[in-house]
Amino acid sequence: MKPAEFYERDRRMHPPAYAPVYKTSVPRSPGQALLTLRQTMSEITGPTFGHNDLGPNDNDLIVNFGHGGLPVGERIIVHGRVLDENGRPVPRTLVEIWQANASGRYRHKKDVYLGALDPNFGGCGRALTDDDGYYYFRTIKPGPYPWLNYVNSWRPAHIHVSVFGTSFSQRLITQMYFEGDPLIAKCPIVQTIPDPEAVQRLIAPLDMNTAVPMDCLAYKFDIVLRGRRSTLFENRLEGN
Amino acid sequence: MVQPLNYLKETPSQTAGPYVHIGLAPGAAGFRLFEQELGQVIAAPGVPGERIRVSGVVRDGTGAPVKDVLIEVWQADANGIYPHPEDPRVAECAPGFRGWGRVITEFETGEWAFETIRPGAVPMKAGGVQAPHLTLWLVARGINVGLATRMYFPEDAGLHDTDPVLRSIEQRQRVATLIAKAEAPGQYRFDIRLQGEGETVFIDI
Repeated sequence: MKPAEFYERDRRMHPPAYAPVYKTSVPRSPGQALLTLRQTMSEITGPTFGHNDLGPNDNDLIVNFGHGGLPVGERIIVHGRVLDENGRPVPRTLVEIWQANASGRYRHKKDVYLGALDPNFGGCGRALTDDDGYYYFRTIKPGPYPWLNYVNSWRPAHIHVSVFGTSFSQRLITQMYFEGDPLIAKCPIVQTIPDPEAVQRLIAPLDMNTAVPMDCLAYKFDIVLRGRRSTLFENRLEGN
Repeated sequence: MVQPLNYLKETPSQTAGPYVHIGLAPGAAGFRLFEQELGQVIAAPGVPGERIRVSGVVRDGTGAPVKDVLIEVWQADANGIYPHPEDPRVAECAPGFRGWGRVITEFETGEWAFETIRPGAVPMKAGGVQAPHLTLWLVARGINVGLATRMYFPEDAGLHDTDPVLRSIEQRQRVATLIAKAEAPGQYRFDIRLQGEGETVFIDI
């Protein structure tokens, strides 16, 4: 019998389903153990994307919604590489992001926070990684905002990130936080992650090497997806 | 001192939150941004196969519908071939078949539905087949790591006995949670329960 194609997910790196500190997880977490599965063709395959799926400004949130005007707030670049656990780049994979605007307000019918909507900011973008697994976005640094978990809970500034990888079993949605934000340590959603080192891997450092003078600051966020077992083939030295 | 095993570690998951539509289905969030939203067509018109419609509702531990869930679907074509380079028969996969889709619920009721074609049985590497199935993946506010499950078809009962996933469910009464109900020809109902009585079997893929 061949071994599973992807390394098993190390669930200690992830929040448990039931994490009472984040109240909504209480009724929405399965109570039964997950069924262990030897991966089949259904798990080692997954959707593929190409440049035809994307428009030219899809990764530029500063211009992709407005009609000529510029959004308010701190202009930033968010960039990094999508890698697997073996350190191999994950090329041509779809990275999608969404976020609040500079005042902490989402463009969503359900968001009733009193922070102002920005007529020039939509809050979503998407990019394909290149052959080296590299991606970048241009956007506005999101603001923190209050929410009803505890009466005085505030989300740290964050960007939601969705990544596909090359197979359905690599599918991941996470959130990127910003270096130095004092709200990170107080956030119930961050606290669902039991391992403090794992939390650090969600915090993007300020990257002055990539900042554009008189224009944009930059934050670097590398994303690691599950690695896969691989045999070295002469005709496929790069692995699978 | 032995050498370190310097593998990287997987990025931790975080909830998709209540506003997942902004990023993954902005039209549903109430604004038009991208020229095309992704995941709206699983099987383009003309792709061979029986056209089907699948609908359902996701319920939480209290029985209330989860109205902000986003579900992704992944499936093989009518011949059991995945449109992916890892499938040895990928060259024969139906043209125009993407196999992937994403749906959100109707905000007031929590009902979701998608249209696709009925998948074929998927061959196993070691011989034999998996019964026709859809792979589903759910995220929502309060779901910390995306939940994977499968939907099988009630007409394939004969194949269910040999399907590797259904066979591996030790509590046999839970097998039914992965099998859709036929409502009419080509129309299936697949309700998902996150927690409690009748909890759907979720899979560690």
